[in-house]
Amino acid sequence: MSEEPKPTASPDSPEEMSRRRFFVKMGVGSIAVAAVGTAAFGYEFLSPNVLYEPSPIVDAGKPDHYAPDSVTLDPQTAIYVVRTAEGFFALSAICTHLGCLTAYKPDLGIIACPCHGSKFNKDGVKIEGPAPRPLPWLRMWLSDDGNLMVDRSNAIAIKQLVRV
Amino acid sequence: MAKTIDHLVDQVRENRVWRSIFRSGTGDSNLHRSLFVQQNVFLHLFSIKARKRTLEFSATWYLGALTFGTFLILVITGILLMLYYHPSVPQAYADMKDLQFVVSSGVFLRNLHRWSAHAMVFLVFAHMFKVFYRGAYRTPREFNWVIGVVLLLVTLLLSYTGYLLPWDQLAFWAVTVGSNIASAVPLMGSKIRFLLLGGTAVNANALLRFYVLHCVILPLAAILFIAIHFWRIRKDGGIYPGESPAEGSAK
Repeated sequence: MSEEPKPTASPDSPEEMSRRRFFVKMGVGSIAVAAVGTAAFGYEFLSPNVLYEPSPIVDAGKPDHYAPDSVTLDPQTAIYVVRTAEGFFALSAICTHLGCLTAYKPDLGIIACPCHGSKFNKDGVKIEGPAPRPLPWLRMWLSDDGNLMVDRSNAIAIKQLVRV
Repeated sequence: MAKTIDHLVDQVRENRVWRSIFRSGTGDSNLHRSLFVQQNVFLHLFSIKARKRTLEFSATWYLGALTFGTFLILVITGILLMLYYHPSVPQAYADMKDLQFVVSSGVFLRNLHRWSAHAMVFLVFAHMFKVFYRGAYRTPREFNWVIGVVLLLVTLLLSYTGYLLPWDQLAFWAVTVGSNIASAVPLMGSKIRFLLLGGTAVNANALLRFYVLHCVILPLAAILFIAIHFWRIRKDGGIYPGESPAEGSAK
């Protein structure tokens, strides 16, 4: 805290530096290096290397469990399995507005979000409401033993049906 | 370069936000320095002046400050370890192993916590021996000695409760033995053990109770008593300076 005493050989020329000034610089410099290291260390520590979360890949069971022209919600995995005359596709059940779980209304034939009133048709296309985007289609395929598989982390841009 | 930095520092210290927080203002006079300490909620626990003799290494060997340093390390590393540890029977042991082998720098923080805990117990004892053999516990500092004994107990209880949390064989049997020692208290021994474990055996309730004691109750108690301990140093006339040099110093 105290002001440094005027050194006898006053460092007027830029090359000269008092001992105290040198040590202050060394100290501040090493604190700065340590602070940067701590930030990097903290970021690494706070980012989990392993996640104990459910797999994004879901086994939706045998295709013939789904009635023709049906929309089936699995609330645990938040996906709709939609069966049309042509084939199957999977739709995310998570509203694109703020992430609520939507529900299928069989009497109206639409998907509705209870939180803020967004409505979508069976293809996921937005009918009305605050949702900014349609419900995404998710990649779906048949496993080797004939089960419908859905990858929730993989939204597909081109709408493709799985034909069984 | 150095001049510009000094100039910048002065500018920061003179702006309105800084002055609203640190009201004493810039300056090196004794008044400014005294006000800086007095008006800071943490620093005001300490006196604004200290005898030069009490700042020498030989006076304290800095054992109290080192103990407080290990306590700070333990608080910081402990909070970070809490981010990956679940105090539940199926998860506790696996979380501890994950900290060692999966989490980035987890093994470093866990070992830092462990070794600092050992060091803190050692330093608390060393501090007490130093205070005792210098006679620094005598009037007017006898109450601060009592606070110190409370802090010794809190330190030991922190060690004991933290010992269970890895939930391995060592932890389980150590706490089984320790809680059976508690049940040796006359008349209400088994009741104490029942309340300590939250049951009749070392199980899920005991793990949760020890976790809450270790992470909340005992650290808060430690912080409270440390604050009183530091404040009492000021109130008791500063760190014990030893006998007056004229009579031959008490080294």
